Amino acid sequence: MATAAARDTAGSRAYDVMAADDTAAHQHAFDAAVAADERIEPRDWMPDAYRATLVRQIAQHAHSEIIGMQPEANWITRAPSLRRKAILMAKVQDEAGHGLYLYSAAETLGTSREELLDKLHSGRQKYSSIFNYPTLTWADVGAIGWLVDGAAITNQVPLCRCSYGPYARAMVRICKEESFHQRQGYELLLALSKGTPEQHAMAQDAVDRWWWPSLMMFGPPDDESQHSAQSMAWKIKRHSNDELRQRFVDICVPQAESLGLSLPDPDLKWNEERGHHDFGAIDWSEFWDVLKGNGPCNEQRLTRRRKAHEEGAWVREAAAAHAAKHMNGETGATRA
Amino acid sequence: MTTTPAKDTAVTAAALALGDDALVLSHRLGEWAGNAPVLEEEVALANIALDLLGQARVLLSMAGDEDELAFLREERAFRNLQLVEQPNGDFAHTIARQLFFSAHQYLLYAELAAGDGPFAPLAAKAVKEVDYHRDHARQWTLRLGDGTEESHTRMQRAVDALWRHTGEMFQPVEGIDVDWTGLETAWLEWTTEVLRRATLTVPEGPRTGAWAAGAGRQGLHTEPFGRMLAEMQHLHRSHPGASW
Repeated sequence: MATAAARDTAGSRAYDVMAADDTAAHQHAFDAAVAADERIEPRDWMPDAYRATLVRQIAQHAHSEIIGMQPEANWITRAPSLRRKAILMAKVQDEAGHGLYLYSAAETLGTSREELLDKLHSGRQKYSSIFNYPTLTWADVGAIGWLVDGAAITNQVPLCRCSYGPYARAMVRICKEESFHQRQGYELLLALSKGTPEQHAMAQDAVDRWWWPSLMMFGPPDDESQHSAQSMAWKIKRHSNDELRQRFVDICVPQAESLGLSLPDPDLKWNEERGHHDFGAIDWSEFWDVLKGNGPCNEQRLTRRRKAHEEGAWVREAAAAHAAKHMNGETGATRA
Repeated sequence: MTTTPAKDTAVTAAALALGDDALVLSHRLGEWAGNAPVLEEEVALANIALDLLGQARVLLSMAGDEDELAFLREERAFRNLQLVEQPNGDFAHTIARQLFFSAHQYLLYAELAAGDGPFAPLAAKAVKEVDYHRDHARQWTLRLGDGTEESHTRMQRAVDALWRHTGEMFQPVEGIDVDWTGLETAWLEWTTEVLRRATLTVPEGPRTGAWAAGAGRQGLHTEPFGRMLAEMQHLHRSHPGASW
């Protein structure tokens, strides 16, 4: 992909030792590649800030997959039928797999999974605010599939064309599985909505609780989104937060109708002139609160993640010790 | 127990025994989701749990309605081995339980797959999955047994703790026509070799006790099992007759 000679020869060498002229040439080649919709690959020269932005975004994305396992795993042991239990287990397994792809994508930028997990555990890197809400009933599993995965897909499909190659390729694979999960969530809610009155009420209650947090997944309004302009210039991001949020609302309204469930927004109505749905104001104070760590489950999610990591330390140490012995040929006994 | 089996009662009884083993162990493995020591094990444990749940669904469907059987039977009507209902404990306990059970299941299914009985089609498919489960457990037994001092101690403790539940796997099950004694010999030989390679000691204690010997197959279970079922069944039982 890298066509400019400067980028071909730069390889992965640190460019801070290069002459100023070279840096300018690299920057020029990088800009040209981005402008031409070419993919930036791990060994290509890239601006420091581009690299840092991608590490932050991909890591946050990976962390979200890992923390996002918790609200759904909360219902694995209580799933009401064996078919639903299998679907839910497969979904949570996929999320761990997505986390693995994304940590690998981040590692191509010169960081490591260990370092990123350490930043997650110490609160220095974030994960999606949505996973700080609790799953209180079985219907929440469906609402997460339909709304949360739906919002994630709306956000992530444009990332399949992101300028950084490894991230874009990870997103292609992840989006396929996510759309599958989203359909399963919709189907779960449909079964509840058409079920007994108690099941219908359970589905409506879940949608009432997950609707607004799902809209917040697109991030702050465009005029308050500090990274947006730069990310769009770099073609990491392709659409603004508000554009994607509007797209999501327009998709959800007819789906809610066919589900036979209402969306908890009295201001939601079709606007003929705009060709979009108008919708009510988002409670941004709640969003910032959750982001700062004061949501309903922030403490619980991080504590559980840290606990799994700490309690697993001896297992990881054992694996490393065994591998070292095996490599050095100290114990023939382990060669089975 | 609301299901009235209309089929061959010996086949039904056998399907319940094997199905309950898979169902209960799958549930225990599902409890690991989000708690595993590394991400790769989140994937692996969920994978094994899913395979077992798939087997359970086929087997329980041979005996009746899978959901009625899973969610509406009381503890005393479950026919699973006591081994598979044992709590996860630490990672070493989970691995020891998996090692013992997968090795048994592999040998049993290989023999069933080779025959022409009612379980042959399921066993032919499942034996490939179980071969992977057995390998996964074996690899971890080697890593933990022959890893650090701490992991060795933990793995030995797990093997010692679960050893008393391994004899019940070879109590003949009505409706399953295999050479149980031959299975037990092969199991002991394979397991002993893995433990030896893992630098672990084969426990000297009995592999069955007055209470544990095949008791799970009679519906006599250990205390933690009731709580497991309470959690597993509560939502289904709270909405009688509902579809999900």
